[in-house]
Amino acid sequence: MIQLPENFETYAEARKAGFLRMKQLKESGRKVVGIFCSFVPTELIEAAGGTAAPLCATSEEPISAAEADLPKNLCPLIKASYGFALTDTCPYFYFSDFIVGETTCDGKKKMFELMDNIKETYVMQLPARRDEAALDAWEKEVVRFWKKLEDFYGITITEEDVKKAIRLKNREREVMLRFLELGKLNPAPISGYEMGTRLDGLGFNPDIEERCRIIEARTEEVIKDWEENYRGKLSKRPRILITGCPNSGIREKTIKVIEELGADVVAFDCCNGTREKVEKVDETLPAARALAKKYLNINCSVMSPNETRMDYISNMIDEYQVDGVLELILCACHTYSIEAYNVKKTAMAKNVPYLMIETDYSKADSGQINTRLEAFLETISQFK
Amino acid sequence: MEYIGIDIGSTCAKVAVLDEDENILHQSVQPTGWSSVDTAEIIKNMLLEKGICPETGKVVATGYGRVSVPYADKTVTEITCHARGAVWLHKKKDMTVIDIGGQDTKIIILENGMVKDFAMNDKCSAGTGRFLEVMANTMAVRPDALCELARKGKKVKISSMCTVFAESEVISLIGQGEKKENIAFAVVNSIADKVAAQCSKMNVGTGEVFLTGGLCECGYLQEILEQKLGSPVLTGPECRYAGAIGAALCSRNI
Repeated sequence: MIQLPENFETYAEARKAGFLRMKQLKESGRKVVGIFCSFVPTELIEAAGGTAAPLCATSEEPISAAEADLPKNLCPLIKASYGFALTDTCPYFYFSDFIVGETTCDGKKKMFELMDNIKETYVMQLPARRDEAALDAWEKEVVRFWKKLEDFYGITITEEDVKKAIRLKNREREVMLRFLELGKLNPAPISGYEMGTRLDGLGFNPDIEERCRIIEARTEEVIKDWEENYRGKLSKRPRILITGCPNSGIREKTIKVIEELGADVVAFDCCNGTREKVEKVDETLPAARALAKKYLNINCSVMSPNETRMDYISNMIDEYQVDGVLELILCACHTYSIEAYNVKKTAMAKNVPYLMIETDYSKADSGQINTRLEAFLETISQFK
Repeated sequence: MEYIGIDIGSTCAKVAVLDEDENILHQSVQPTGWSSVDTAEIIKNMLLEKGICPETGKVVATGYGRVSVPYADKTVTEITCHARGAVWLHKKKDMTVIDIGGQDTKIIILENGMVKDFAMNDKCSAGTGRFLEVMANTMAVRPDALCELARKGKKVKISSMCTVFAESEVISLIGQGEKKENIAFAVVNSIADKVAAQCSKMNVGTGEVFLTGGLCECGYLQEILEQKLGSPVLTGPECRYAGAIGAALCSRNI
């Protein structure tokens, strides 16, 4: 496995480090809006002078508490997020002025109704299609959220405020994308485990400019190291594309393990990967329309149909020279597990081995996952 | 040079030793017991008694206890080993391998001798050897006797896939005075149904199926699998050693 840098901060450390900072921000009067999915146009929160606090939970701990209200066979991310809210043990939830959810998957959508009893949870109605009617409806939702922020905080958010936030977020997308695209280099210059951990950890940093500086510095450092020490030395380690559900809560037992077993994770088609970063917000259109357009195009499996995700995976297989596609599914995530059928077909059409792992936040299946990942790498190496 | 394959499964440990010309010099099976490390040591002493030296030969360990064989030169997963063992035993390169092991069932699709796709059951023990063992215990019969009893049974069905729930279903069938052979019929059919469902999920088609693992001697399971899959299912007593033979073959590449 490619060495982690000495000052590497784990996800748990980054999350913890963010607590105090969030408290100080809050005390200084900064607005904080709790968010879950990447469909929320965070530009509007930024334009309101606020910061978006990521609330998608990755820990097994609060799940049993959540099961008092929620069914057992539900996605661990939804249960854990709700459990944190219910037990009031997540500082980011605690510091949020209100929560914004959206009608993505059924599990989240119905959970938001319950969460609203704990703290005000505003829900954006995301359409599942991508046509003109859906775009118009989604644009109205963007405007409605804009208005909600104005009413909630008693402020006015101008078109120019939003445009400014769009430019800032576009710059951030560019910086993050450049970092993620380091995976296109061969040999892989950075561990996929580090990439994912770093990007998730940065979500707890409320200062977008600072996030950009940190990632730009690391990108330069990695490129320099690669140029000096690795350029031209093609690696035989299998190159893996990660796709599927948000993987922060299962990263240790999947992504870290497959890299320890001898693979390089180079590409991420997931909401904490390139998926939200590839398309920027059009800076020439009116802000609400531009935001609606960009966010409707996110390739999450809640969209139907969702062929664009298959095209995207297919292109990524070429661009990142992928040897194997590993789909990570959280238990009871219906949209991803059904769509896995198409993802497998897409990978097979490219003659690339595919493995799907369905798991939750517990450690119960670590042994079985290990064997599967090992066998997957053996399967790939037959073709290499 | 001797090529030694050791397959430490959850229930049984299998050993196969091949020579340069791929002749089988030795094969044996023993219960894994509670410690894979002890089992590996027992196997080592047994091989030494037979004049086979694991230190000078090449050793590949596989199975869930593969990491507990300190004298192994390499570990390889069950998937690759069963695939290679099946190709060697069956002398064919295109087939679906079904390995029904103690704690997991594997479906492996082989094309031109290479693993094209594979699937394993999840944490759950439905459709595995353990399922059969638990039910046999509950019914106070030996697992192989349960298989033969099943052939004489009819009609009864167990609907629970979970071993724990299925066991209580079996207990209530016993309580209702259901005939033993009918319960056995239900148990073996439940395994075959679960395996067939896994196969259909993988689009295995109707090509030849090669059954490996501990249930290879259950003739009745082979028959009903053929019916449920609509494919010829081939197996034999030596198929229990497919993983160990595959491991021995893998040791040639070290």
